[in-house]
Amino acid sequence: MQEAKILELKRIANNIRIGIIEGVYNAGCGHPGGSLSIADILAYLYFEHMNVKVDDPRWEDRDRFVLSKGHTAPALYATLAERGFFPKEELKTFRKTASRLQGHPDMKGVPGVDMSTGSLGLGFSAACGMALSAKVYGKDYRTYAILGDGESEEGQVWEAAMFAAHYKLDNLVAILDLNGLQIDGPIAEVMNPAPHDEKFLAFGWNVITIDAHNFEEIDAAFKAAKECKGKPTVIIAKSVKGKNVSYMENKCEWHGQAPKEDLYKVAIAELEAIAEGLR
Amino acid sequence: MADKRATRESYGRALAELGDKYDFLVFDADLAAATKTGMFKKKFPERFFDCGIAEGNMMCVAAGVASTGKKVFASSFAMFASGRAYEQVRNCIGYPHIHVIIGATHAGITVGEDGATHQCIEDFALMRAIPGMTVLSPADDTEAFAAVEAAINHDGPVYMRFGRYAVPDLTPELVKDYKFEIGKGVVYREGSDVTIFATGYMTHLAVEAADMLLAEGIKAEVINIHTIKPIDSELILKSVAKTGCAVTAEEHTVIGGLGDSVASVTSAACPVPVMKVGVEDVFGKSGQVPELLEIYGLTAANIAAKAKAAIALKSK
Repeated sequence: MQEAKILELKRIANNIRIGIIEGVYNAGCGHPGGSLSIADILAYLYFEHMNVKVDDPRWEDRDRFVLSKGHTAPALYATLAERGFFPKEELKTFRKTASRLQGHPDMKGVPGVDMSTGSLGLGFSAACGMALSAKVYGKDYRTYAILGDGESEEGQVWEAAMFAAHYKLDNLVAILDLNGLQIDGPIAEVMNPAPHDEKFLAFGWNVITIDAHNFEEIDAAFKAAKECKGKPTVIIAKSVKGKNVSYMENKCEWHGQAPKEDLYKVAIAELEAIAEGLR
Repeated sequence: MADKRATRESYGRALAELGDKYDFLVFDADLAAATKTGMFKKKFPERFFDCGIAEGNMMCVAAGVASTGKKVFASSFAMFASGRAYEQVRNCIGYPHIHVIIGATHAGITVGEDGATHQCIEDFALMRAIPGMTVLSPADDTEAFAAVEAAINHDGPVYMRFGRYAVPDLTPELVKDYKFEIGKGVVYREGSDVTIFATGYMTHLAVEAADMLLAEGIKAEVINIHTIKPIDSELILKSVAKTGCAVTAEEHTVIGGLGDSVASVTSAACPVPVMKVGVEDVFGKSGQVPELLEIYGLTAANIAAKAKAAIALKSK
């Protein structure tokens, strides 16, 4: 990938992070940690990789995206707004009664949301259904699903993993956001789902492990996934929970709470400083 | 006597025959031989997908397929379709209001020898509590076939309940120019003293009960409620306004099913005595079906007795 493109994606990812903070701060609640950890991959998917039409969100040949870890809706909303599916100003209405931006994504209400998610494990299976439909009906679109590492403790994740390999869904890419933390603590202490790579390999998947914040690695992984035939691909994306907001990084208490005004200002100042550095 | 056939057979036959007319996929969870989706699988192997013993995944996969605008059935036993996969049905199919048709067979205690773990008597209660869910409970072969086609042409989530035990195909005998319409009850017989609202397996027993009552000079109106939700409030109110009391009959717990649906309609608009025939808040058990029906009071005699009790309450 060209330097200029990487710089552009970094700027976009930073804007997404600002949108995440705006959303959860104005809501007074929400899930910033696991939203910040997936911002770079969402920037890549929606601004470089996926085939979508902003003016026709329901276009039948579009690539599909499922946020299986639906609690990180602030990241999806910030990405969709950045891409132009709805006004960025609307991010401030997140989680409020008059808003279509529900606490977890609602496909009926929000342009660009392909599946309602929130209850962990369910979205991954739905993504399998979208990919299967493309196979049966001869469509070229591809399906992408982001899963949490804590989410992989749900048994249904492995039902879906079995299904996707069994039906050779090579048009499906799962991204596992391996930030190492869940609400109650480090995943290794709460209920260790490791090793993810060996488990997915044993289930018959193509496995690629990357740094979730390195665009060259992200680009190479998604391109390799496209080339892989006969089996689905999982990209295990090693990430930092709370990425780029210093006091949130690698802190599981920022899984599910919003910053108050003083810390909100700190977060925005830090992200604006990053933006300055990317000019 | 009308031909007897289990409605699961009707379901399988409908899928196989309607597969020519409509484009849909069928999913099952390792029960194709029992749910009878195997009849479709044999004819359309490229449109049939076994999900293995993983019902939760199956429901969400079906939702994913339906989200791409394709029609899809997801089948299992009622116990697993409505119970095991309840939350998947609620959140992945119900909440986004996706057109997935859930074909649930082996409902109720007429499962027989398999016993309590497989005798689902709570599915109406679970499924009708989901906003926007259509819940169908066809009575016999003719109605089950028609219900499958109606579900295909419907939009939004549908839960369909079928049985394992053979029932007489009464509908074509009792109703002239029968037409299945979602949400519209079917008057099997007109009467003036009491209304029997029945669904699924119990429907033919309601007709038997009406005959028993007639022998005693009591004219019972018999109405087949094949759609548990949306319930046919108009027909229910029209009937009880005439008869003044009702008995409901369902192969389901008395909690949250047809009986409660009818009672909530009448209590709000036309309060009349409503007696319920159903499983009285206990689990089922293993046994032959005729014995089990006696044990749990799912009989024409019990419907007739409750009808008389309802009539007695009218004068109080």
